[in-house]
Amino acid sequence: MNTPANLKYTKSDEWFDPATGKAGITDYAQSQLSDIVFVEIFVEAGDTIEAGKPIASVESVKASAEIYSPASGKVSAVNKDLANKPESLNSDAFGEAWMIQLEGGSAGDVMDSAAYEKYCEERTH
Amino acid sequence: MTYIPISPKERDAMLETVGVKSLDDLFDAIPAKHRFPKLDLPKALTEMEAMQELSDIAHANENVRGDLISFLGAGMYNHYIPSAVDHMLRRGEFYTAYTPYQPEISQGTLQAIFEYQSLMSALTGMDVSNASHYDGATATAEAVSLAYAQYRGKRKKVVVSPTLHPQYREVIRTYTQGMELEVAGDDANANLESNPNDLINLVDEDTSLVIVQYPAFFGRVYDYTKLIEAVHAKGALICVVANPTALAMFKTPGDMGADIVVGDGQPLGIPMWYGGPSVGFFTTRKNMVHKMAGRLVGETVDNRGQRSYVLTLTSREQHIKRERATSNICTNQGLIALGTAVYLSLLGKSGLRQVAELCYQKAHYAAAQLSQIDGMGLCFTEPFFHEFALCVGRPVDEVNEHLLEHGILGGYDLGQDYPALKDHMLIAVTEMNSKEEIDTLVEVLSEMSHD
Repeated sequence: MNTPANLKYTKSDEWFDPATGKAGITDYAQSQLSDIVFVEIFVEAGDTIEAGKPIASVESVKASAEIYSPASGKVSAVNKDLANKPESLNSDAFGEAWMIQLEGGSAGDVMDSAAYEKYCEERTH
Repeated sequence: MTYIPISPKERDAMLETVGVKSLDDLFDAIPAKHRFPKLDLPKALTEMEAMQELSDIAHANENVRGDLISFLGAGMYNHYIPSAVDHMLRRGEFYTAYTPYQPEISQGTLQAIFEYQSLMSALTGMDVSNASHYDGATATAEAVSLAYAQYRGKRKKVVVSPTLHPQYREVIRTYTQGMELEVAGDDANANLESNPNDLINLVDEDTSLVIVQYPAFFGRVYDYTKLIEAVHAKGALICVVANPTALAMFKTPGDMGADIVVGDGQPLGIPMWYGGPSVGFFTTRKNMVHKMAGRLVGETVDNRGQRSYVLTLTSREQHIKRERATSNICTNQGLIALGTAVYLSLLGKSGLRQVAELCYQKAHYAAAQLSQIDGMGLCFTEPFFHEFALCVGRPVDEVNEHLLEHGILGGYDLGQDYPALKDHMLIAVTEMNSKEEIDTLVEVLSEMSHD
């Protein structure tokens, strides 16, 4: 399982990059969902959002999940390519498949990569 | 595990497992006096006696296959049903159909649903069809749910044409209770003469969906292309509720640019019964398929590369998406939908068009004759399909009572839904009505007008 050390993580399996303001779902989340076939991002550039509020919906061949914002702030960009390439969430959850970017975003209730790894391990057992 | 109901041995094993000694102990929580209440029932009948009694009751009904000449439509239509439809539906493989979750044992059912979806998409001119809803009214209500989901609940108004079927409008209101939606456009004093294009005046940035009927409830046929363009310009969606028989003859709502096309499949080979069961078809654009309710069968290949069918995009359905699903109803009318697919396959494109043209021609002959009767007349001048509103100049129930004495089932009383159309009936004519039958109707009504 991949958990980059520079990112912050939520209990609902989203990541937030304090350096770039980007956010998305974790490698653990995509592996639990399996093949992702549909992504819909609810928010638009210019929206002000709060941590913990829904920003997107993801459907895989066997499950559906609501994605919550890991941080509060103003949305500066939305990954519009994602809707046409939902499978990139499976292949590159932390890179190509970022969902939104926040300007001056402040992380909500998040943990560091070590804590998140432990949190994921607890759930696998 | 063998499927055999309990023998004493198994019963004892089960009682022991749940930890009670006897059957009486198991039902201990139910007070003894309520366990076997005395029922005031007549003496039991033998099968032969019961059959006789039920048969007598059934014969009290008059039906449109022999007993009555019917000019009643208003949502359900009397069409000829090829006998092969019923034979196909009674095949055991289809008759016991249940949701085909397991594609490895359900290819027949899945393929039949796929064919149904393909036929409905072709008929409406749309990209994708689901596996059906209960009937036309519930399919229309599901269109409201789709539009609501498409705008994620941010647009809270639905504009409905006053000439959308009154019962469909009721079902929309029932379905959307608690959604805090405003259903506008059909208040009691709505102008029934107005052009549906005028509905655009009610569409604002809070509107998610506009619903019109095609042909409209009074049988009138409009080209909604301009309305659809105007609705899209305001950022809303539009649903056309269509009569499937009419689609064989007129421009499809898909060609007009509709976002959703729904309707009742009953005219396609399904008897009128007592108003149901029926089947509601639901078609839309590919970009909205993830928000569409209901089951969807897709074509794929199996592990040997052979063409096969499978329930597809199921994660949008309520058993997975739970409260975030567009609808909490994903039941389809599998058997009835199959009936429409069999009907359409038997008639083919030209056969269905022939049915539509017969309906059209006969209805226009009837309208021309009826409008010449003293004191009667057509309400509207617009083009119509196989149904039209006729002013009969006296209470419709009185007229229908008189017609029934002559073995004629008269038209729908429009006054019960539209106070402005008191003394008006909606007359439907299909390929089932012979010229003689139409002439009989004209004759009986003429005599009545002279009374």
